[in-house]
Amino acid sequence: MRRFLASALVLSSALPAFAAESKGGFPPFNATTFAGQLFWLALTFGTLYLLMSRVALPRVGAILSEREATIESSLAQASKAQAAAEAEAQGLEQALAKAKANAQAIAQEARTKSAREIDAKRSAVEKDLAAKMVAAEASINETKAKAMANVEDIAKDAVSAIVEQLAGKAPTAAAVTKAINAARGE
Amino acid sequence: MAQPGTIDPIHQFEIQKLVPINLFGFDMSFTNSALWMVIAVSVTTFVMVYGSASRSIVPGRLQSLAEMAYEFVANTLTGVTGREGMKFFPFVFSLFMFVFAANMLGMIPGSFTTTSHIIVTAAFAMLVITVVLVAGIVGHGSHFFGLFVPSGVPGWLLPFMVLIEVVSFVSRPISLSLRLFGNMLAGHIALKVFGAFVAALLGAGAAGILAPLPLLLAVALTALEFLVAFLQAYVFTILTCVYLNDALHPGH
Repeated sequence: MRRFLASALVLSSALPAFAAESKGGFPPFNATTFAGQLFWLALTFGTLYLLMSRVALPRVGAILSEREATIESSLAQASKAQAAAEAEAQGLEQALAKAKANAQAIAQEARTKSAREIDAKRSAVEKDLAAKMVAAEASINETKAKAMANVEDIAKDAVSAIVEQLAGKAPTAAAVTKAINAARGE
Repeated sequence: MAQPGTIDPIHQFEIQKLVPINLFGFDMSFTNSALWMVIAVSVTTFVMVYGSASRSIVPGRLQSLAEMAYEFVANTLTGVTGREGMKFFPFVFSLFMFVFAANMLGMIPGSFTTTSHIIVTAAFAMLVITVVLVAGIVGHGSHFFGLFVPSGVPGWLLPFMVLIEVVSFVSRPISLSLRLFGNMLAGHIALKVFGAFVAALLGAGAAGILAPLPLLLAVALTALEFLVAFLQAYVFTILTCVYLNDALHPGH
């Protein structure tokens, strides 16, 4: 409000002066300067318009749209790369899971295989041991029989020796065998 | 008309001939006004043309400034008129930058404010209205004059409404030019008056103790004037956009 009062005050005080003398009056209302100002305004504004519309604005507009395109394509690239990375990660995870399953299968197989081998070895050893036991039993029996035969001979010798000592005459082998067999027969 | 020794607030608006030129019987002298028009155009051209010369994707300072100005005016224009208003973009942009640069350069002490002369603001206002009329008539033919005939008005009221619309349209260039002119003129006068107060009080002996008061006011007014310098350029531009919108979409 004060602004308008001030300008109104200035205008009212200046107008009579302008009316009285065209030169040295209120300068904005001095009509002698109008043609020159319009001329220079047209010249300068025309130049500015030409420079802006022909050079500056298309250039700045191109910069801005180029930047927008760059940002958009970069964003698209980034999202594409992200999707690729995600797919890659998923693939890796799948491969990892597969490898884990594989490893477990291999371990299982190895376990069963080794168990089977151990079983086979154990049964072979057991079979071997049994055979050895049978052989040992046979040799024991044989030795026992042999020993028993020797016992008969020893008995015969002892009998003939005892008889010889008592009677002073050695009995015949046939009599000894007959006597022994008769004693065993009791 | 100023007494020697006193400070005349009107002196700053005087046109001084720097290089007298006479063309076809008219006084086309290169004046201080013309000089500051040339400076305003040079500064704007420097920022916009030199600033965008490197065309870098990541802008430097000057390029940021150029892009900011571009986007500011472009957003103002498309905000009011929509995308189709962009064909007037070079015109609106040049208008805003010229008025803004002239207003801001006028804040330099000792400079000349070209927009404080009514012939300059009136020329801009007439240019805007001419562009609006030509664009409206070329774009819509006689439909453009439907702008003056509001729809949904009872028949007996229509002549009055048309009259009011015509008066409002005709008063547009007047208000457009007077608003900018008045703001720039009054602001600079107020600054000068308060500045003169400081000087007068300092020269008045004991009363000099009061000198800081108008100085503080002058400082505050200077800040306000910077705001007004931008705001008036913006108001001029946005009103131009509103009028252009009428030319593009004459239907109410």
